[in-house]
Amino acid sequence: MLKIEGISKTFHPGTVNEKTALKDLSLHLKEGDFATIVGSNGAGKSTLFNAITGAFIVDEGQIFLDGEDITFKREHLRSVDIGHLFQDPLMGTAPHMSIEENMALAYLRAHGKKRAMFSRITKEEKKLFREQLSRLDMGLEDRMKNPVGLLSGGQRQALTLLMATMVTPKILLLDEHTAALDPATAEKVLELTKQIVKERKITCLMVTHNMHQALELGNRTLMMDSGRIILDISGEEREHLTVDDLLMQFKEHVGEGLDNDRILLSK
Amino acid sequence: MLSNLFSASVLVTALELGFLYALVALALYISFTLLNIADLSTDGCFTLGCAVGAIVASAGHPFLALFAAMAAGVCSGFITAFLQTRLGVQSILAGIIVNTGLYTINFMVMGNSSKVNVFGNETIFSLAKGVSEAGWYRLTYKLILAAVITILMCVILHWFLNTTLGLSIRATGDNEHMVRASSINPSFTITVGLCVSGSLTALSGGLLAQYQKSCDINFGTGQVTIALASLMIGETLVRRGSVLVRTLGVVLGSLLYRVIVAVALRFHLPAEALKLTSAIIVTIAIAAPYVKERMDFYRRRRAASAGKGADKNA
Repeated sequence: MLKIEGISKTFHPGTVNEKTALKDLSLHLKEGDFATIVGSNGAGKSTLFNAITGAFIVDEGQIFLDGEDITFKREHLRSVDIGHLFQDPLMGTAPHMSIEENMALAYLRAHGKKRAMFSRITKEEKKLFREQLSRLDMGLEDRMKNPVGLLSGGQRQALTLLMATMVTPKILLLDEHTAALDPATAEKVLELTKQIVKERKITCLMVTHNMHQALELGNRTLMMDSGRIILDISGEEREHLTVDDLLMQFKEHVGEGLDNDRILLSK
Repeated sequence: MLSNLFSASVLVTALELGFLYALVALALYISFTLLNIADLSTDGCFTLGCAVGAIVASAGHPFLALFAAMAAGVCSGFITAFLQTRLGVQSILAGIIVNTGLYTINFMVMGNSSKVNVFGNETIFSLAKGVSEAGWYRLTYKLILAAVITILMCVILHWFLNTTLGLSIRATGDNEHMVRASSINPSFTITVGLCVSGSLTALSGGLLAQYQKSCDINFGTGQVTIALASLMIGETLVRRGSVLVRTLGVVLGSLLYRVIVAVALRFHLPAEALKLTSAIIVTIAIAAPYVKERMDFYRRRRAASAGKGADKNA
Protein backbone atom coordinates (compact mmCIF):
# COMPACT_ATOMS: atom_id res chain seq x y z
CA MET A 1 0.00 0.00 0.00
CA LEU A 2 2.72 2.44 1.02
CA LYS A 3 6.15 2.13 -0.57
CA ILE A 4 8.91 4.52 0.43
CA GLU A 5 12.15 4.23 -1.53
CA GLY A 6 15.27 5.82 -0.08
CA ILE A 7 13.92 9.20 0.92
CA SER A 8 16.17 11.87 2.43
CA LYS A 9 15.43 15.30 3.77
CA THR A 10 17.80 17.95 5.07
CA PHE A 11 16.39 21.08 6.64
CA HIS A 12 18.21 24.43 6.32
CA PRO A 13 21.01 23.00 4.14
CA GLY A 14 24.24 24.98 4.13
CA THR A 15 23.50 26.84 7.37
CA VAL A 16 24.53 26.30 10.97
CA ASN A 17 21.06 24.91 11.59
CA GLU A 18 21.48 22.20 8.99
CA LYS A 19 19.69 19.07 10.12
CA THR A 20 19.35 15.84 8.26
CA ALA A 21 15.97 14.59 9.41
CA LEU A 22 15.57 11.60 7.09
CA LYS A 23 18.49 9.57 5.75
CA ASP A 24 17.94 7.21 2.84
CA LEU A 25 14.85 5.77 4.51
CA SER A 26 12.92 2.95 2.88
CA LEU A 27 9.73 1.35 4.09
CA HIS A 28 7.21 -0.98 2.56
CA LEU A 29 3.78 -1.38 4.16
CA LYS A 30 1.45 -4.06 2.86
CA GLU A 31 -2.27 -3.48 2.67
CA GLY A 32 -3.79 -3.84 6.14
CA ASP A 33 -0.43 -3.52 7.89
CA PHE A 34 -0.57 -1.77 11.26
CA ALA A 35 2.93 -0.69 12.25
CA THR A 36 3.93 1.11 15.43
CA ILE A 37 6.98 3.39 15.45
CA VAL A 38 9.18 4.12 18.45
CA GLY A 39 12.31 6.21 18.66
CA SER A 40 14.21 8.93 20.48
CA ASN A 41 13.29 12.57 20.41
CA GLY A 42 14.25 13.96 17.03
CA ALA A 43 14.61 10.53 15.43
CA GLY A 44 12.52 11.68 12.49
CA LYS A 45 9.17 10.05 13.29
CA SER A 46 7.03 13.13 12.70
CA THR A 47 9.23 14.18 9.78
CA LEU A 48 8.51 10.82 8.16
CA PHE A 49 4.78 11.49 8.53
CA ASN A 50 5.14 14.98 7.10
CA ALA A 51 7.04 13.55 4.13
CA ILE A 52 4.14 11.17 3.50
CA THR A 53 1.44 13.86 3.82
CA GLY A 54 3.41 16.28 1.66
CA ALA A 55 4.04 19.06 4.18
CA PHE A 56 7.40 19.26 2.36
CA ILE A 57 8.88 17.62 -0.73
CA VAL A 58 11.69 15.13 -0.02
CA ASP A 59 15.19 15.89 -1.36
CA GLU A 60 15.72 12.39 -2.70
CA GLY A 61 13.80 9.17 -3.12
CA GLN A 62 10.25 8.34 -4.04
CA ILE A 63 6.97 7.73 -2.24
CA PHE A 64 4.24 5.49 -3.65
CA LEU A 65 0.75 5.17 -2.23
CA ASP A 66 -1.39 2.36 -3.60
CA GLY A 67 0.85 2.16 -6.65
CA GLU A 68 0.66 5.87 -7.40
CA ASP A 69 3.83 7.96 -7.30
CA ILE A 70 2.94 10.78 -4.92
CA THR A 71 6.47 12.17 -4.45
CA PHE A 72 5.56 15.51 -6.03
CA LYS A 73 1.81 15.48 -5.45
CA ARG A 74 0.60 18.55 -3.59
CA GLU A 75 -0.41 18.26 0.05
CA HIS A 76 -4.13 18.99 -0.23
CA LEU A 77 -4.45 16.49 -3.10
CA ARG A 78 -2.67 13.77 -1.14
CA SER A 79 -4.92 14.32 1.84
CA VAL A 80 -7.84 12.82 -0.08
CA ASP A 81 -6.25 9.42 0.62
CA ILE A 82 -4.45 10.10 3.90
CA GLY A 83 -5.82 10.43 7.41
CA HIS A 84 -3.49 12.24 9.82
CA LEU A 85 -3.94 12.69 13.56
CA PHE A 86 -1.61 14.85 15.62
CA GLN A 87 -0.65 14.75 19.28
CA ASP A 88 -2.32 18.13 19.80
CA PRO A 89 -6.08 17.52 19.85
CA LEU A 90 -6.67 21.12 18.77
CA MET A 91 -4.99 20.63 15.41
CA GLY A 92 -7.56 18.43 13.75
CA THR A 93 -10.73 20.51 14.05
CA ALA A 94 -11.91 24.07 13.43
CA PRO A 95 -12.92 25.48 16.85
CA HIS A 96 -15.36 28.17 15.73
CA MET A 97 -17.34 25.88 13.48
CA SER A 98 -19.97 23.42 14.61
CA ILE A 99 -19.42 19.67 14.91
CA GLU A 100 -21.65 19.16 11.90
CA GLU A 101 -19.72 21.67 9.77
CA ASN A 102 -16.41 20.10 10.74
CA MET A 103 -17.65 16.69 9.72
CA ALA A 104 -19.00 18.07 6.47
CA LEU A 105 -15.53 19.37 5.63
CA ALA A 106 -13.96 16.00 6.38
CA TYR A 107 -16.65 14.33 4.31
CA LEU A 108 -15.63 16.45 1.30
CA ARG A 109 -12.99 13.82 0.65
CA ALA A 110 -15.72 11.37 -0.24
CA HIS A 111 -16.63 13.41 -3.28
CA GLY A 112 -13.17 14.28 -4.55
CA LYS A 113 -13.39 16.86 -7.29
CA LYS A 114 -16.94 15.99 -8.22
CA ARG A 115 -18.69 17.79 -5.41
CA ALA A 116 -20.35 21.05 -6.43
CA MET A 117 -18.92 24.08 -4.65
CA PHE A 118 -22.30 25.57 -3.84
CA SER A 119 -23.93 22.45 -2.43
CA ARG A 120 -25.00 22.35 1.20
CA ILE A 121 -25.00 19.73 3.93
CA THR A 122 -27.80 17.32 3.02
CA LYS A 123 -30.23 15.54 5.33
CA GLU A 124 -28.65 12.16 4.54
CA GLU A 125 -25.24 13.51 5.46
CA LYS A 126 -26.55 14.84 8.75
CA LYS A 127 -28.00 11.41 9.49
CA LEU A 128 -24.69 9.77 8.64
CA PHE A 129 -22.78 12.19 10.88
CA ARG A 130 -25.21 11.53 13.72
CA GLU A 131 -24.76 7.76 13.38
CA GLN A 132 -20.99 8.12 13.34
CA LEU A 133 -21.01 10.39 16.39
CA SER A 134 -23.24 8.08 18.39
CA ARG A 135 -20.64 5.32 18.26
CA LEU A 136 -18.29 7.58 20.25
CA ASP A 137 -20.76 7.30 23.11
CA MET A 138 -19.93 10.84 24.22
CA GLY A 139 -23.32 12.42 23.64
CA LEU A 140 -21.93 14.48 20.77
CA GLU A 141 -24.75 13.42 18.44
CA ASP A 142 -27.05 15.74 20.38
CA ARG A 143 -24.65 18.67 20.17
CA MET A 144 -24.07 18.78 16.43
CA LYS A 145 -24.76 22.52 16.22
CA ASN A 146 -22.31 23.36 19.01
CA PRO A 147 -18.95 24.89 18.13
CA VAL A 148 -16.13 22.37 18.44
CA GLY A 149 -14.20 24.81 20.63
CA LEU A 150 -16.56 23.94 23.49
CA LEU A 151 -15.53 20.26 23.49
CA SER A 152 -12.82 18.77 25.71
CA GLY A 153 -9.49 17.66 24.26
CA GLY A 154 -10.53 14.02 24.36
CA GLN A 155 -13.81 14.69 22.62
CA ARG A 156 -12.03 16.72 19.97
CA GLN A 157 -9.49 13.98 19.35
CA ALA A 158 -12.22 11.35 19.10
CA LEU A 159 -14.04 13.60 16.63
CA THR A 160 -10.82 14.08 14.65
CA LEU A 161 -10.42 10.31 14.48
CA LEU A 162 -13.96 9.96 13.14
CA MET A 163 -13.32 12.70 10.61
CA ALA A 164 -10.05 11.15 9.45
CA THR A 165 -11.67 7.76 8.90
CA MET A 166 -15.20 8.72 7.84
CA VAL A 167 -14.05 8.29 4.28
CA THR A 168 -11.77 5.24 4.57
CA PRO A 169 -8.24 6.53 3.93
CA LYS A 170 -5.62 4.48 2.11
CA ILE A 171 -3.32 5.10 5.02
CA LEU A 172 -3.90 6.42 8.52
CA LEU A 173 -1.05 8.25 10.25
CA LEU A 174 -1.32 8.50 14.03
CA ASP A 175 1.29 10.78 15.59
CA GLU A 176 1.08 10.04 19.34
CA HIS A 177 -2.58 10.91 19.06
CA THR A 178 -3.42 9.83 22.61
CA ALA A 179 -0.36 11.29 24.34
CA ALA A 180 -1.98 14.58 25.36
CA LEU A 181 -5.13 12.99 26.79
CA ASP A 182 -5.88 11.86 30.32
CA PRO A 183 -5.44 8.08 30.84
CA ALA A 184 -9.14 7.17 30.73
CA THR A 185 -9.83 9.22 27.60
CA ALA A 186 -6.62 8.01 25.98
CA GLU A 187 -7.77 4.44 26.56
CA LYS A 188 -11.13 5.19 24.99
CA VAL A 189 -9.68 6.89 21.93
CA LEU A 190 -7.19 4.07 21.51
CA GLU A 191 -9.93 1.46 21.77
CA LEU A 192 -11.90 3.31 19.12
CA THR A 193 -8.81 3.51 16.92
CA LYS A 194 -8.30 -0.25 17.16
CA GLN A 195 -11.96 -0.89 16.36
CA ILE A 196 -12.08 1.34 13.31
CA VAL A 197 -8.73 0.21 11.92
CA LYS A 198 -9.72 -3.44 12.32
CA GLU A 199 -13.22 -3.00 10.95
CA ARG A 200 -12.14 -1.23 7.80
CA LYS A 201 -8.74 -2.95 7.46
CA ILE A 202 -6.99 0.43 7.24
CA THR A 203 -3.25 0.44 6.66
CA CYS A 204 -1.89 2.32 9.62
CA LEU A 205 1.31 3.86 10.96
CA MET A 206 1.34 4.89 14.60
CA VAL A 207 4.00 6.75 16.54
CA THR A 208 3.92 5.92 20.23
CA HIS A 209 6.12 6.45 23.24
CA ASN A 210 4.50 3.62 25.11
CA MET A 211 6.67 0.53 24.64
CA HIS A 212 3.89 -1.86 25.64
CA GLN A 213 1.63 -0.31 23.03
CA ALA A 214 4.42 -0.52 20.50
CA LEU A 215 4.55 -4.28 20.91
CA GLU A 216 0.88 -5.05 21.50
CA LEU A 217 -0.80 -2.96 18.84
CA GLY A 218 -0.73 -3.91 15.20
CA ASN A 219 1.46 -6.47 13.49
CA ARG A 220 4.78 -4.66 13.06
CA THR A 221 7.11 -2.55 15.19
CA LEU A 222 9.57 -0.10 13.68
CA MET A 223 12.32 1.66 15.55
CA MET A 224 13.78 4.89 14.26
CA ASP A 225 17.00 6.73 14.99
CA SER A 226 18.69 9.67 13.27
CA GLY A 227 16.33 9.63 10.33
CA ARG A 228 16.59 5.91 9.63
CA ILE A 229 14.63 2.80 10.49
CA ILE A 230 17.05 0.73 12.55
CA LEU A 231 14.72 -2.07 13.51
CA ASP A 232 11.75 -3.68 11.79
CA ILE A 233 10.19 -6.54 13.70
CA SER A 234 7.12 -8.55 12.82
CA GLY A 235 5.64 -12.01 13.00
CA GLU A 236 6.81 -14.57 15.50
CA GLU A 237 9.90 -12.64 16.52
CA ARG A 238 7.67 -9.78 17.62
CA GLU A 239 5.33 -11.99 19.61
CA HIS A 240 8.10 -13.14 21.92
CA LEU A 241 9.65 -9.72 22.34
CA THR A 242 9.42 -7.96 25.70
CA VAL A 243 9.82 -4.27 26.42
CA ASP A 244 13.23 -4.92 27.93
CA ASP A 245 14.32 -6.79 24.81
CA LEU A 246 13.22 -3.85 22.73
CA LEU A 247 15.20 -1.38 24.84
CA MET A 248 18.20 -3.67 24.69
CA GLN A 249 17.93 -3.92 20.93
CA PHE A 250 17.90 -0.17 20.71
CA LYS A 251 21.07 0.11 22.80
CA GLU A 252 22.80 -2.43 20.59
CA HIS A 253 21.92 -0.61 17.38
CA VAL A 254 22.54 2.94 18.50
CA GLY A 255 25.23 2.41 21.09
CA GLU A 256 23.35 4.35 23.72
CA GLY A 257 20.13 4.16 25.70
CA LEU A 258 16.83 5.34 24.33
CA ASP A 259 16.82 9.09 24.84
CA ASN A 260 13.17 9.77 25.41
CA ASP A 261 12.10 10.68 28.89
CA ARG A 262 8.50 9.83 28.20
CA ILE A 263 9.44 6.33 27.10
CA LEU A 264 11.37 5.82 30.30
CA LEU A 265 8.45 7.08 32.35
CA SER A 266 5.92 4.92 30.61
CA LYS A 267 8.09 1.83 30.76
CA MET B 1 -33.38 69.25 24.16
CA LEU B 2 -32.53 65.91 22.65
CA SER B 3 -34.65 66.62 19.61
CA ASN B 4 -32.71 69.86 19.12
CA LEU B 5 -29.48 67.98 19.35
CA PHE B 6 -30.60 65.16 17.15
CA SER B 7 -33.19 65.88 14.52
CA ALA B 8 -34.86 63.12 12.52
CA SER B 9 -33.02 64.02 9.34
CA VAL B 10 -29.65 63.79 11.06
CA LEU B 11 -30.55 60.34 12.34
CA VAL B 12 -31.76 59.22 8.92
CA THR B 13 -28.54 60.41 7.29
CA ALA B 14 -26.47 58.61 9.91
CA LEU B 15 -28.39 55.39 9.32
CA GLU B 16 -28.06 55.73 5.54
CA LEU B 17 -24.29 56.04 5.85
CA GLY B 18 -24.35 53.22 8.39
CA PHE B 19 -25.96 50.82 5.93
CA LEU B 20 -23.79 51.88 2.98
CA TYR B 21 -20.49 51.65 4.88
CA ALA B 22 -21.60 48.42 6.56
CA LEU B 23 -20.60 46.61 3.37
CA VAL B 24 -16.94 47.45 4.07
CA ALA B 25 -17.35 46.09 7.59
CA LEU B 26 -18.86 42.92 6.10
CA ALA B 27 -15.84 42.68 3.79
CA LEU B 28 -13.57 42.84 6.83
CA TYR B 29 -15.77 40.24 8.55
CA ILE B 30 -14.72 37.87 5.78
CA SER B 31 -11.03 38.80 5.57
CA PHE B 32 -10.28 39.73 9.19
CA THR B 33 -12.65 37.58 11.24
CA LEU B 34 -13.16 34.51 9.05
CA LEU B 35 -9.93 34.26 7.08
CA ASN B 36 -7.82 35.76 9.87
CA ILE B 37 -6.01 37.99 7.37
CA ALA B 38 -5.31 41.67 8.00
CA ASP B 39 -6.16 42.94 4.51
CA LEU B 40 -5.02 46.55 4.32
CA SER B 41 -5.97 47.04 0.68
CA THR B 42 -9.42 48.17 1.87
CA ASP B 43 -8.80 51.93 1.45
CA GLY B 44 -7.62 51.63 -2.13
CA CYS B 45 -10.23 49.04 -3.01
CA PHE B 46 -12.99 51.29 -1.67
CA THR B 47 -11.79 54.22 -3.78
CA LEU B 48 -11.47 51.90 -6.78
CA GLY B 49 -15.11 50.90 -6.43
CA CYS B 50 -16.06 54.52 -6.00
CA ALA B 51 -14.06 55.63 -9.06
CA VAL B 52 -15.35 52.85 -11.31
CA GLY B 53 -18.88 53.38 -10.02
CA ALA B 54 -18.71 57.13 -10.60
CA ILE B 55 -17.32 56.80 -14.13
CA VAL B 56 -19.90 54.21 -15.24
CA ALA B 57 -22.75 56.06 -13.52
CA SER B 58 -21.76 59.33 -15.18
CA ALA B 59 -21.94 57.47 -18.49
CA GLY B 60 -25.61 56.90 -17.69
CA HIS B 61 -25.62 53.34 -16.33
CA PRO B 62 -26.36 53.50 -12.59
CA PHE B 63 -27.07 49.76 -12.18
CA LEU B 64 -24.21 48.60 -14.36
CA ALA B 65 -22.01 50.91 -12.27
CA LEU B 66 -22.60 48.77 -9.17
CA PHE B 67 -21.68 45.55 -10.95
CA ALA B 68 -18.67 47.19 -12.54
CA ALA B 69 -17.53 48.40 -9.11
CA MET B 70 -17.91 44.88 -7.71
CA ALA B 71 -15.98 43.39 -10.62
CA ALA B 72 -13.19 45.89 -10.00
CA GLY B 73 -13.21 44.88 -6.33
CA VAL B 74 -12.89 41.22 -7.28
CA CYS B 75 -9.80 42.07 -9.35
CA SER B 76 -8.28 43.99 -6.46
CA GLY B 77 -8.97 41.11 -4.06
CA PHE B 78 -7.57 38.62 -6.52
CA ILE B 79 -4.28 40.50 -6.81
CA THR B 80 -3.95 40.77 -3.02
CA ALA B 81 -4.59 37.03 -2.77
CA PHE B 82 -2.22 36.26 -5.65
CA LEU B 83 0.62 38.09 -3.89
CA GLN B 84 0.00 36.10 -0.71
CA THR B 85 -0.68 32.64 -2.04
CA ARG B 86 1.47 32.45 -5.18
CA LEU B 87 4.33 34.87 -4.54
CA GLY B 88 4.77 34.35 -0.79
CA VAL B 89 4.23 38.00 0.19
CA GLN B 90 3.11 38.37 3.81
CA SER B 91 -0.58 39.17 4.04
CA ILE B 92 -0.18 42.62 5.63
CA LEU B 93 2.47 43.59 3.08
CA ALA B 94 0.35 42.30 0.21
CA GLY B 95 -2.48 44.57 1.29
CA ILE B 96 -0.21 47.59 1.64
CA ILE B 97 1.39 46.98 -1.76
CA VAL B 98 -1.98 46.67 -3.49
CA ASN B 99 -3.28 49.71 -1.63
CA THR B 100 -0.32 51.79 -2.81
CA GLY B 101 -0.60 50.59 -6.39
CA LEU B 102 -4.32 51.25 -6.47
CA TYR B 103 -3.77 54.97 -5.86
CA THR B 104 -2.32 55.29 -9.35
CA ILE B 105 -4.91 52.95 -10.84
CA ASN B 106 -7.73 54.96 -9.26
CA PHE B 107 -6.25 58.16 -10.63
CA MET B 108 -6.19 56.62 -14.09
CA VAL B 109 -9.74 55.26 -13.76
CA MET B 110 -10.95 58.76 -12.98
CA GLY B 111 -9.38 60.03 -16.20
CA ASN B 112 -6.18 61.37 -14.65
CA SER B 113 -8.17 63.59 -12.36
CA SER B 114 -8.51 63.53 -8.60
CA LYS B 115 -12.26 64.19 -8.64
CA VAL B 116 -15.20 62.93 -10.69
CA ASN B 117 -18.77 64.24 -10.51
CA VAL B 118 -21.95 62.29 -11.24
CA PHE B 119 -24.15 65.41 -11.29
CA GLY B 120 -26.84 65.56 -13.90
CA ASN B 121 -27.02 61.79 -14.30
CA GLU B 122 -29.52 59.34 -12.94
CA THR B 123 -28.36 57.42 -9.87
CA ILE B 124 -30.06 54.47 -8.23
CA PHE B 125 -31.09 56.92 -5.53
CA SER B 126 -32.68 59.40 -7.94
CA LEU B 127 -34.47 56.48 -9.62
CA ALA B 128 -35.76 55.25 -6.24
CA LYS B 129 -36.94 58.75 -5.38
CA GLY B 130 -39.40 58.72 -8.28
CA VAL B 131 -41.27 55.65 -6.99
CA SER B 132 -43.62 57.50 -4.65
CA GLU B 133 -44.55 61.06 -3.72
CA ALA B 134 -45.51 60.34 -0.12
CA GLY B 135 -43.94 62.58 2.48
CA TRP B 136 -42.48 59.83 4.63
CA TYR B 137 -41.03 58.18 1.55
CA ARG B 138 -39.35 61.43 0.49
CA LEU B 139 -37.55 61.44 3.82
CA THR B 140 -36.57 57.78 3.89
CA TYR B 141 -36.17 56.50 0.32
CA LYS B 142 -32.37 56.55 0.49
CA LEU B 143 -32.42 54.77 3.82
CA ILE B 144 -34.80 52.09 2.47
CA LEU B 145 -32.65 51.51 -0.59
CA ALA B 146 -29.42 51.34 1.40
CA ALA B 147 -30.98 48.99 3.96
CA VAL B 148 -32.41 46.69 1.30
CA ILE B 149 -29.08 46.38 -0.53
CA THR B 150 -27.05 45.77 2.64
CA ILE B 151 -29.48 43.27 4.15
CA LEU B 152 -29.69 41.50 0.82
CA MET B 153 -25.90 41.15 0.92
CA CYS B 154 -26.14 39.68 4.44
CA VAL B 155 -28.63 37.09 3.20
CA ILE B 156 -26.43 36.23 0.22
CA LEU B 157 -23.40 35.92 2.51
CA HIS B 158 -25.39 33.66 4.83
CA TRP B 159 -26.22 31.42 1.91
CA PHE B 160 -22.70 31.50 0.48
CA LEU B 161 -20.85 30.86 3.74
CA ASN B 162 -22.93 27.75 4.39
CA THR B 163 -22.17 26.14 1.05
CA THR B 164 -19.32 23.68 0.71
CA LEU B 165 -17.04 26.43 -0.58
CA GLY B 166 -18.14 28.82 2.17
CA LEU B 167 -17.46 26.23 4.88
CA SER B 168 -14.00 25.68 3.41
CA ILE B 169 -13.32 29.42 3.50
CA ARG B 170 -14.42 29.66 7.12
CA ALA B 171 -12.29 26.70 8.11
CA THR B 172 -9.20 28.16 6.39
CA GLY B 173 -9.01 31.01 8.88
CA ASP B 174 -10.01 28.79 11.78
CA ASN B 175 -7.54 25.93 11.38
CA GLU B 176 -5.37 25.71 8.31
CA HIS B 177 -3.92 22.33 9.34
CA MET B 178 -7.36 20.82 9.34
CA VAL B 179 -8.22 22.37 5.99
CA ARG B 180 -5.25 20.82 4.24
CA ALA B 181 -6.07 17.47 5.84
CA SER B 182 -9.59 17.78 4.39
CA SER B 183 -8.31 17.97 0.81
CA ILE B 184 -9.07 21.69 0.51
CA ASN B 185 -6.53 23.97 -1.11
CA PRO B 186 -6.03 26.93 1.26
CA SER B 187 -4.60 29.07 -1.56
CA PHE B 188 -7.87 28.67 -3.41
CA THR B 189 -10.12 29.43 -0.45
CA ILE B 190 -8.05 32.50 0.50
CA THR B 191 -8.31 33.75 -3.09
CA VAL B 192 -12.08 33.30 -3.26
CA GLY B 193 -12.51 34.85 0.20
CA LEU B 194 -10.50 37.94 -0.66
CA CYS B 195 -12.31 38.33 -4.00
CA VAL B 196 -15.69 38.30 -2.22
CA SER B 197 -14.33 40.68 0.40
CA GLY B 198 -12.98 43.01 -2.29
CA SER B 199 -16.26 43.01 -4.18
CA LEU B 200 -18.16 44.09 -1.05
CA THR B 201 -15.69 46.88 -0.30
CA ALA B 202 -15.87 48.15 -3.88
CA LEU B 203 -19.66 47.88 -3.92
CA SER B 204 -19.76 50.14 -0.90
CA GLY B 205 -17.52 52.62 -2.76
CA GLY B 206 -19.71 52.37 -5.86
CA LEU B 207 -22.85 53.07 -3.84
CA LEU B 208 -21.22 56.02 -2.08
CA ALA B 209 -20.23 57.48 -5.46
CA GLN B 210 -23.91 57.61 -6.41
CA TYR B 211 -25.05 58.61 -2.95
CA GLN B 212 -22.92 61.73 -2.83
CA LYS B 213 -22.70 62.10 -6.63
CA SER B 214 -18.95 62.42 -6.66
CA CYS B 215 -15.72 60.58 -6.12
CA ASP B 216 -12.49 61.90 -4.70
CA ILE B 217 -9.10 60.19 -4.88
CA ASN B 218 -8.71 60.43 -1.10
CA PHE B 219 -12.21 59.23 -0.35
CA GLY B 220 -11.04 55.84 0.88
CA THR B 221 -8.39 57.06 3.30
CA GLY B 222 -8.99 55.67 6.77
CA GLN B 223 -11.86 53.48 5.59
CA VAL B 224 -10.21 50.37 7.03
CA THR B 225 -10.17 51.88 10.52
CA ILE B 226 -13.82 52.93 10.33
CA ALA B 227 -14.83 49.49 9.08
CA LEU B 228 -12.81 47.84 11.83
CA ALA B 229 -14.55 50.03 14.39
CA SER B 230 -17.94 48.94 13.04
CA LEU B 231 -16.84 45.30 12.96
CA MET B 232 -15.55 45.41 16.52
CA ILE B 233 -18.72 47.09 17.83
CA GLY B 234 -20.81 44.54 15.94
CA GLU B 235 -18.82 41.58 17.25
CA THR B 236 -19.05 42.88 20.79
CA LEU B 237 -22.83 43.15 20.44
CA VAL B 238 -23.37 39.79 18.72
CA ARG B 239 -20.88 37.15 19.75
CA ARG B 240 -22.58 33.96 18.66
CA GLY B 241 -25.15 32.71 16.24
CA SER B 242 -25.51 31.84 12.58
CA VAL B 243 -23.72 33.72 9.83
CA LEU B 244 -26.86 35.76 9.18
CA VAL B 245 -27.15 36.83 12.81
CA ARG B 246 -23.48 37.73 12.96
CA THR B 247 -23.47 39.69 9.71
CA LEU B 248 -26.55 41.59 10.88
CA GLY B 249 -24.60 42.28 14.07
CA VAL B 250 -21.82 43.78 11.95
CA VAL B 251 -24.39 45.98 10.17
CA LEU B 252 -25.73 47.03 13.56
CA GLY B 253 -22.18 47.92 14.58
CA SER B 254 -21.83 50.12 11.51
CA LEU B 255 -25.16 51.85 12.23
CA LEU B 256 -24.13 52.46 15.82
CA TYR B 257 -20.78 53.82 14.76
CA ARG B 258 -22.45 56.33 12.42
CA VAL B 259 -24.85 57.42 15.15
CA ILE B 260 -21.93 57.95 17.52
CA VAL B 261 -20.17 60.03 14.87
CA ALA B 262 -23.36 62.03 14.22
CA VAL B 263 -23.60 62.81 17.93
CA ALA B 264 -19.95 63.82 17.97
CA LEU B 265 -20.55 66.18 15.05
CA ARG B 266 -23.50 67.70 16.90
CA PHE B 267 -21.07 68.79 19.56
CA HIS B 268 -19.54 70.99 16.87
CA LEU B 269 -16.51 68.85 16.32
CA PRO B 270 -14.82 69.91 13.10
CA ALA B 271 -15.04 67.38 10.27
CA GLU B 272 -11.28 66.81 10.42
CA ALA B 273 -11.73 65.39 13.93
CA LEU B 274 -13.66 62.44 12.50
CA LYS B 275 -10.62 60.27 11.83
CA LEU B 276 -9.32 60.75 15.35
CA THR B 277 -12.79 59.96 16.69
CA SER B 278 -12.92 56.72 14.74
CA ALA B 279 -9.40 55.80 15.87
CA ILE B 280 -10.49 56.30 19.48
CA ILE B 281 -13.70 54.31 18.97
CA VAL B 282 -11.73 51.39 17.49
CA THR B 283 -9.33 51.46 20.42
CA ILE B 284 -12.16 51.46 22.94
CA ALA B 285 -14.05 48.68 21.16
CA ILE B 286 -10.98 46.44 20.99
CA ALA B 287 -9.49 47.28 24.38
CA ALA B 288 -12.71 47.18 26.42
CA PRO B 289 -12.84 43.39 27.04
CA TYR B 290 -9.14 43.29 27.95
CA VAL B 291 -9.34 46.27 30.29
CA LYS B 292 -12.42 44.80 31.93
CA GLU B 293 -10.54 41.58 32.62
CA ARG B 294 -7.63 43.49 34.17
CA MET B 295 -10.04 45.48 36.31
CA ASP B 296 -11.59 42.27 37.59
CA PHE B 297 -8.15 40.99 38.47
CA TYR B 298 -7.22 44.13 40.41
CA ARG B 299 -10.59 44.14 42.19
CA ARG B 300 -10.19 40.53 43.28
CA ARG B 301 -6.61 41.08 44.37
CA ARG B 302 -7.60 44.11 46.43
CA ALA B 303 -10.49 42.20 47.97
CA ALA B 304 -8.17 39.30 48.81
CA SER B 305 -5.53 41.51 50.45
CA ALA B 306 -8.24 43.39 52.34
CA GLY B 307 -9.50 40.03 53.61
CA LYS B 308 -6.00 39.12 54.80
CA GLY B 309 -5.62 42.46 56.60
CA ALA B 310 -8.86 41.84 58.44
CA ASP B 311 -7.59 38.39 59.55
CA LYS B 312 -4.45 39.91 61.03
CA ASN B 313 -6.41 42.45 63.00
CA ALA B 314 -8.59 39.71 64.39
